Amino acid sequence: EKVSVEVLDHLEHLALVDFRDSEGVERLQKAIQFADQLHEVNTDGVEPMDSVLEDRCLYLREDDVTEGNCIKELLENAREKVEEYFVAPPGNIPLPKLEEQDTFLQGS
Amino acid sequence: LSQVSAALKEGRVTPTELCQRCLALIKSTKFLNAYITVAEETALKQAKESEERYKRGQPLGILDGIPVAVKDNFNTAGIETTCASNMLKGYISPYNATVVQKLLDQGAVLLGKTNLDEFAMGSGSTDGVFGPVRNPWSYSKQYKEKSVPKSHSEDEDSNWVITGGSSGGSAAAVSSFTCFAALGSDTGGSTRNPAAHCGVVGLKPTYGLISRHGLIPLVNSMDVPGILTRCVDDAAVLLGSLAGHDPKDSTTIQDDFKPFELPNLTDVSKLSIGIPKEYHAPGLSSEILALWSKAADLFKNAGAKVVEVSLPHTRYSIVCYHVLCTAEVASNMARFDGLEYGHRSDKKESTESMYAATRREGFNDVVRGRILSGNYFLLKQNYEKYFVKALKVRRLIANDFMKVFRSGVDILLTPTTLSDAAPYMEFIQEDNRTRSAQDDILTQAANMAGLPAINVPTALSERGLPVGLQFIGRSFQEKQLLTVAKWFEKQVQFPMIQLEEVKKHDNSVFQHQKSASFS
Repeated sequence: EKVSVEVLDHLEHLALVDFRDSEGVERLQKAIQFADQLHEVNTDGVEPMDSVLEDRCLYLREDDVTEGNCIKELLENAREKVEEYFVAPPGNIPLPKLEEQDTFLQGS
Repeated sequence: LSQVSAALKEGRVTPTELCQRCLALIKSTKFLNAYITVAEETALKQAKESEERYKRGQPLGILDGIPVAVKDNFNTAGIETTCASNMLKGYISPYNATVVQKLLDQGAVLLGKTNLDEFAMGSGSTDGVFGPVRNPWSYSKQYKEKSVPKSHSEDEDSNWVITGGSSGGSAAAVSSFTCFAALGSDTGGSTRNPAAHCGVVGLKPTYGLISRHGLIPLVNSMDVPGILTRCVDDAAVLLGSLAGHDPKDSTTIQDDFKPFELPNLTDVSKLSIGIPKEYHAPGLSSEILALWSKAADLFKNAGAKVVEVSLPHTRYSIVCYHVLCTAEVASNMARFDGLEYGHRSDKKESTESMYAATRREGFNDVVRGRILSGNYFLLKQNYEKYFVKALKVRRLIANDFMKVFRSGVDILLTPTTLSDAAPYMEFIQEDNRTRSAQDDILTQAANMAGLPAINVPTALSERGLPVGLQFIGRSFQEKQLLTVAKWFEKQVQFPMIQLEEVKKHDNSVFQHQKSASFS
């Protein structure tokens, strides 16, 4: 079953990355097909493993400030800044809907 | 390393001379494209400081004055760190990764940053924005002798072979003598794969032993810094200087780590070597199969117990990796939005449109493909089906290893790659994902289970290219793993590369090995 255009569009919005062309979509289809092999494995009663170090405690240090005051270094690599702020374009403006876009997915 | 260190102590060579020679060699091997950035000025400065210490008779340790190279996905203060991507072109790190800092604190001389696949995604070191890395063995006498003679000189340049990846630049740098050791990273085999293709030692330490602070992450639960050196003893030295708890990386274990020297094993009769039958994977070249078999016999004839074992879920490790890797990548790449660092697009309409354009311009197809796949597997409707399922399969894979080690096996012996290095023209016929799926098959499971693994160069193939074998050990038992690897290295006497187009250097500084080979 192919992935629907709605899901493709949704993914582009979530990832803020575009498929660019049919090759990109094909790549996803193949990736899903590849991943489907997982379902051949019987995992009844098996707990998911998120870390190989699950039997150990994560290290937590004392809540003391040991470094900081490096505003200059932090701002160094930003292209647009004002005083001690990173400057971003206006937020809360969603990307245009599929119909309004000039994207490859429009044609699908 | 101990030889060079001794030479430095005795004044037979100075850190500055060593540094200058390496820098000159880097220039003359530029066609390999192993380095993205060469930090000439700072390296010479570090060399000079090292020289002062030697003059005072106070070297910091065995690494003082030793030229090293670091893969370009480690942050290095004041030096550009690009991850071979447009997204980070021009990004000058404000800090050193912990492992880089440790090297510098011991007086190592940082020559530069090595080339890789973009964001360490790939198994050829062919997909970075600075172009592919060429395997130094392409220019070796051994390879040229076995190549079909070409009638025109312009054809000569087209059958160079890849280094493997993604730490290809680091492997090529060590293999071509431009540095004595290099750092790579290993998430699915990215250190061991190029090590095998370039004929060098590639060590993947146990997950949690070496700090990942400053290593630009790919898969947080599997990434480790990798060590590339010319011999196993050197890998032990590097390990000793890098391992240990780091408060800045809470996934490093808190146990005390004691650096060790490797004993010269003479008696292997108490050793039990496991041969996992599933590693006889489809596509494994008959040459490597024969070599693997010969190696098993070597251990048997020396008195070790050699048993066939089974890791039944091996063939799912690649699929599992595919899902977990893309999922973690989707998350890790989210930090690249152009605001705080890296490339930033000119679009100003909204934050989202700026982010989207920045990421569109900054990432290559491979990276974007993985981000999109990852997001797909993490969708609410797919989360249980793919992501959680993969986590369960991960446990099964890790359990396979536990069972085998609990049954009395000390070390596993497997091939590292399916074949020797492919010519570049052939390699690029298939896309990145297909290649990665094929090439990572033998190395990936060790990352899944977090186990230490090492590639030891074993012999030359019929085409005159290096082939390596892999040893996988128990968690945090690097000493045992390296001891066995060292014994094996001594038995096989892997030949030294005979580079044709490059002038060889003063023999007193470089290790000699007999050309009697294993095969």
